[in-house]
Amino acid sequence: MTAPPAREARLAGLRRLRGLMRKEAVQIVRDPSSIIIAFVLPALLLFLFGFAVTLDARNLGVAVVVESPTEETASFTAFFQGSGYFAPRFYTERKPAEAALLRGEVQGVVVLAQAFPEALAREGGAAIQVIADGTDANTGNLFLGYVNNVWRDWLAYRALAGAGGAAEPVRAEPRIWFNPEVESHHFLVPGLLAIIMTITGALLTALLVAREYDRGTIEGLLATRARIGEILIGKLVPTFLLGMGGVAVNTAMAVWLFGVPFRGSFWVLAGASALFMAAALGMGLLISTLAKNQFVAGQVTIMVGFMPAFLLSDFVFNLAGTPGWVQAISYAIAARYFIAILKTVFLAGDVWAVILPNSLALFAMAAVLLALARALTRRRLE
Amino acid sequence: MAGGATIELVGLTKRFSGARGGVAALRSVSARIEPGRITGLVGSDGAGKTTLMRVIAGLMAADEGEVRVENAAEVGYMPQSFATYEDLTVADNLALYADLEGVAGAARRARLDELLAFTGLGPFQARLAGRLSGGMRQKLALACALMRPPDALLLDEPSVGVDPLSRRELWEIVSGLAAKGALVLWSTAYLDEAERCAAVLVLHQGRLVYAGPPGSFTGPLAGRTFALYAPAASLRAVQRRAGVQPGIVDAVRRERALRLVVAEGPAPKLADLLAEDERAGAALEPVRPTFEDALVAALRSTAEPSPTPLLAAPAPIADLDRPTARPVEVANLTRRFDSFVAVDSVSFAVERGEIFGLLGPNGAGKSTIFKVLCGLLPPSGGTALIAGIDLSRARAAARERIGYMSQRFSLYGELSVGQNLAFFAGVYGLSGRRKRERIAAVSAEFGLRALEDERAGALPLGHRQRLALAAALLHEPAILFLDEPTSGVDPVTRREFWLRINALAEAGVTVMVSTHFLEEAEYCDRLAILYEGRLIALGSAADLKRAHAPPGTTAPPGIEDAFIALIRAQARAAA
Repeated sequence: MTAPPAREARLAGLRRLRGLMRKEAVQIVRDPSSIIIAFVLPALLLFLFGFAVTLDARNLGVAVVVESPTEETASFTAFFQGSGYFAPRFYTERKPAEAALLRGEVQGVVVLAQAFPEALAREGGAAIQVIADGTDANTGNLFLGYVNNVWRDWLAYRALAGAGGAAEPVRAEPRIWFNPEVESHHFLVPGLLAIIMTITGALLTALLVAREYDRGTIEGLLATRARIGEILIGKLVPTFLLGMGGVAVNTAMAVWLFGVPFRGSFWVLAGASALFMAAALGMGLLISTLAKNQFVAGQVTIMVGFMPAFLLSDFVFNLAGTPGWVQAISYAIAARYFIAILKTVFLAGDVWAVILPNSLALFAMAAVLLALARALTRRRLE
Repeated sequence: MAGGATIELVGLTKRFSGARGGVAALRSVSARIEPGRITGLVGSDGAGKTTLMRVIAGLMAADEGEVRVENAAEVGYMPQSFATYEDLTVADNLALYADLEGVAGAARRARLDELLAFTGLGPFQARLAGRLSGGMRQKLALACALMRPPDALLLDEPSVGVDPLSRRELWEIVSGLAAKGALVLWSTAYLDEAERCAAVLVLHQGRLVYAGPPGSFTGPLAGRTFALYAPAASLRAVQRRAGVQPGIVDAVRRERALRLVVAEGPAPKLADLLAEDERAGAALEPVRPTFEDALVAALRSTAEPSPTPLLAAPAPIADLDRPTARPVEVANLTRRFDSFVAVDSVSFAVERGEIFGLLGPNGAGKSTIFKVLCGLLPPSGGTALIAGIDLSRARAAARERIGYMSQRFSLYGELSVGQNLAFFAGVYGLSGRRKRERIAAVSAEFGLRALEDERAGALPLGHRQRLALAAALLHEPAILFLDEPTSGVDPVTRREFWLRINALAEAGVTVMVSTHFLEEAEYCDRLAILYEGRLIALGSAADLKRAHAPPGTTAPPGIEDAFIALIRAQARAAA
């Protein structure tokens, strides 16, 4: 005996772990489906959100009704055309404009009534009538906001030009921080990282573990000296690395392809990603341990992993406007904390007041999920 | 080694929770398994073999009782169905198991080489396990289970999906281990394997029916087994009466005779069995009892009687509109998948009312021929005629004449028996009065009326099989295709099934059987033996056995011997 038994046992354990990880790595490399889930699917999502989906309104159709054209109204409509938000059509009567709204050809109607030019000159000011299509509330709100902006800009211009009249005594000067161009890509793409990692982390793990049960190979593993912990770590480490590779590729795409600013530090991003990845892996492991079937595991992961991460994480849908109980649920979703960190790191920089509490929450979730998965994975096949 | 490994099972009971209060997979099983020999764990599908293996391997906990393992530091376990990683190579799989079992250092290379040599996998180390044949894959799984030379080795159905030649090799490898003192528990549904074991544990529905040497199992049958030689018509009559005739435990056709197992008492006389006008030229000879005889006798004594008496006389079959055309005619049939030739210029013809078997190991081309004949795959070359209809011209017309029963029965488990029948009747285009009449007719014929509201998935295997056959016969097909209909089924259920098939054949239905299961081949009138896409022999089981019996054998050759001799001859011709 050259080595003491404890050291011998530890060595044997490490060898088992190495064997399991190598096997997993070979399987990942050989199986195109895991590569597709890890790299192709995220890239596809990134392209979809990067190019196709945008929350900004550009070239909204608007019907501008000018009942009695004057120089003043001409200057106002010029502002509409020059704003970039609108693709205006001009009418001289309400009826055809309203018909266009009903047909869905325009998102709203702006009416400069017969009395508009006179009212402008009067004390008390003029009013314009704005009708918005509320069927898509988001676009409707944007429309109203943009019309307001144009209106205000025009009034300011008139005041400067010395036309006097309706100049407001106090003016609100809106300024948007962190994302001055209000580019939705700039917060969608970092948020997407969290969604993508939920897929690579949770889905991939769930499928890889469930596959062992599906194909019956788990029975062979369990009959060897390998411990449960070793089997689980052997699964987690390769998937973790794969997921982090996906993060790196997607961050690079976000910064260089979509021009998202990156104002924080690389290490904060890496650290937070690792914590979130651990939580996602824990969730995947937990699901597959309970489901033991690739199809069910995949479905459950989409339902309890992907969908909540998408809907309740402040990714696209603003949580501040939701009822209290929905907000309460959102605290159980790891993506929420991660997206808070991501938005900070990409758009604002290393704001520790945001990063620290959210990282702590991620750490706690990862620890709970992994411990739960470990506790629920049995050495027995029942 | 101070005394070999022993395993003692003490009152093992295992229940699985589920519908209707759960199922007992094991019911107080007690036995002792000795070292230095192969002990067979024998039983049909669902008998409890896998559960027992898992309980012994520690992968499941018994509800009651215990497993006492003595003198076994190393227990090797080989789960069912190739539990190796198909996307890893042979070498990768072995390396993984070496790591997991802590085989390291200088001993590692030596052990791996030893296992590769032992299993003959040396030349295939770089091949993916998923690309190995069934036999080679099973040898790889065995090598993984043997990574540390075990004192006790548990093998769960190692011969399923393995061609007969590899099956023998596997058996020889394991026999070698047992000869060196290891305890081996080998579970199987094949009775010829059971007979070769030094001891057997026979399980049926979770109960231990018998424990001991297979020779003693047949002991009580001494003087109770006979072969009855008589004209075919009289044999059929006896066989049909057997279910209700007192004193006959079992009657099964074997080539030109009827094998009989009779109840204890004085030996039967021809006069007890045959009517006066049937006795001309008949003879009754005592034969050696087989393991199967003993098993059938044991099961018949415990089992509930068959739920429906079989038909006294088969009903005539409707589809006789083309009496001249042969039901199935295949000429130079070839089917390629890219460059792979799955079926290579195969020709045969099947007569009306014949039971015709396609026999061969996995990958021999059986399923491909089946698919072509059922119109699911177009042939690459040659012709396939169903009732004289060219499949490539009038597939729908040909399909109307076909009934198909797949190995897994393709029933809807969530639907009731009645709903399944109604669904399949609709699929086969029956409606209105004819649909009602046909469902009523098959329900009566197959004893399904009492089961009408039962969920199909909850039925025992034998009942599910009857339902599947009933569904395939709803539209009164002239040709019935059966894909491994009775593999893994207990012999009593299998007999019942084949009696029905015989009755159908007598009524004029042509029956095509595809199987790798040699026991099923015995029920066919003629066999086409396929190997690597080619037809290598054609004839009755009796003729094939005689023509290809290995020289120097004294025991009556089985169909497996003929099969192996044929494959070896092919391999020699190719070399």
